[in-house]
Amino acid sequence: MRDFLEFEKPLKELEERLEKLKKSGSERKALPRLIRILQSRLTKTEQEIFGNLTPWQQTQIARHPQRPSILDYMKHMCEDFLELHGDRAFGDDKAVVGGFATFRGRSICVIGHEKGQTFKERVKRNFGMANPEGYRKALRLMQLAEKFKRPVVTFIDTPGAYPGIGAEERGQARAIAGNLFAMSRLKVPIVAVITGEGGSGGALGLGVADRIVMLEHSIYSVISAEGCAAILWEDATKTQAAAAALKMTGAELLKLGIADEVVPEPLGGAHRDAEGTSQSLAQTLHTQLNQLLTTSTEQLLANRYEKFRQMAALADD
Amino acid sequence: MGWFQKGSSEEREKGKLNIVEGMWIKCAFCRAVVYRKEVDQNFKLCPKCGYHFPLSVPERLDVLLDPGSFQEWDADLSPGDPLAFTDTQSYLGRIEIYQKKTGRRDAIVTGKGKLQTSPVIVGIFDFGFMGGSMGSVVGEKICRAADRAIEGNTPFLLVTTSGGARMQEGILSLMQMARTSAAMARLHEAGVPFISLLTDPTFGGVTASVAMLGDVILAEPKALIGFAGPRVIEQTIKQRLPDGFQRAEFLLEHGMIDAIVSRPRLRQTLHSVFRHLGAGV
Ligand SMILES: [Zn+2]
Repeated sequence: MRDFLEFEKPLKELEERLEKLKKSGSERKALPRLIRILQSRLTKTEQEIFGNLTPWQQTQIARHPQRPSILDYMKHMCEDFLELHGDRAFGDDKAVVGGFATFRGRSICVIGHEKGQTFKERVKRNFGMANPEGYRKALRLMQLAEKFKRPVVTFIDTPGAYPGIGAEERGQARAIAGNLFAMSRLKVPIVAVITGEGGSGGALGLGVADRIVMLEHSIYSVISAEGCAAILWEDATKTQAAAAALKMTGAELLKLGIADEVVPEPLGGAHRDAEGTSQSLAQTLHTQLNQLLTTSTEQLLANRYEKFRQMAALADD
Repeated sequence: MGWFQKGSSEEREKGKLNIVEGMWIKCAFCRAVVYRKEVDQNFKLCPKCGYHFPLSVPERLDVLLDPGSFQEWDADLSPGDPLAFTDTQSYLGRIEIYQKKTGRRDAIVTGKGKLQTSPVIVGIFDFGFMGGSMGSVVGEKICRAADRAIEGNTPFLLVTTSGGARMQEGILSLMQMARTSAAMARLHEAGVPFISLLTDPTFGGVTASVAMLGDVILAEPKALIGFAGPRVIEQTIKQRLPDGFQRAEFLLEHGMIDAIVSRPRLRQTLHSVFRHLGAGV
């Protein structure tokens, strides 16, 4: 059962009518023609809605409850996923999943946020909001990858790092900073994929990479549209304006020179065809990894430093 | 991130209290009304509770460096407007107001100076410039200062006070966390000491990057330091926060910083740190 977003209501209606018609078993002669008409109206409406998504609608797709996550991508893209647990210091953060997997015959290190698909699962995963342990587990796995010379692929999908008492006590800021520091010099290729919601420092904590790939309807931002509206407009009703002003979609980040590539999604979003999305993403990862794996470590690190060093907008005078 | 920049009524109130009007000043920590001259004559410490009133950049330089030794770098760097950002006001319009108000182009001052005759590279955040928020200029100046620290094998001291990332620069402000952290990683590989001094308040993207990467991390007494702002945490967990939460003493207790240093002891402590970590001892 698919969840429909607010702006998808017209589709829901059409799909339900179509379904009813198909199931009616009516022998009416006009039935095939009616179905065809309704089907073409549905297609047209879909194209209208999804062809003109506003940044806020994109945000809703990026946060769709059925949005594929790292565990889906493991299922469709990799074999032999070996999940490894724990930060060896405090605990095992279930908001971050990581380990090694076989991708097109090659062993790679994979790490990503996991929001969970059912409500129960989401609670267990803390809605994809990691605590310091999550970032430290990620760091431990990246260091394993470095030791055994495996490229790292991260899958980013989080509203942000968890804002809690324990998180502050155990050094949320230091945990994220430590990852930025280590990832900037990690001696193996890193590809970061924004699969859903790239929420601020909590996303960047897995995001320092040689290549930054975004799925078409993913978003990546310094602050949520809601947070930005509350702080800058001091008006919660300005969320849509904030979503647009923050320029956080894949297309915008490509223009800003932050994203290297945007992977197209099926019409309506990745959740409509997780397997198809996985195949598109796999193709991109395959190409990117092949390029990076032929680069010398020294060159790789120099390029990575230069890539981030360029990310600034200064006035020219 | 950036919650201190605007909007927090607490912070606005605190700002008001810190405004020095005439002879008296109210302490933001213990709320005592104290004689201004007494505060000014003692490193801007509250005589009742020892709270460290925020220092302006020139005041900080005075407290920190040998008189007349400071030379500023990159003072002319001004921010671009990568997103053509406008909320209730345009980003560039806001920048202009702060530039007029502070006489500075952005929220950090960097340069070189001497501390007890030893050369040191310093970066000092200015909370008065858009809440010390980190955008492209702050990131760039920190990276350039780090380059020069490597070139001259000179220790780098960063004094932070910031609400976090500058959201008007969108994703580019987030990326300043990565760039400054990468610069610190290079400094680390070059074996050059990096010391960070956290002052009241330091939050968000600044804490979660360069501020927490010091070889030695110091903080001023009672400074508020954290990742998430206290209001955000309260709203998330729907509980009141414990007393002393996110104060420097709390961070020390939880192993996040090396020491709390009061201003009268600051120069001496830094000199000792540089002597132990730097070359030539
Ligand atoms: Zn006081």
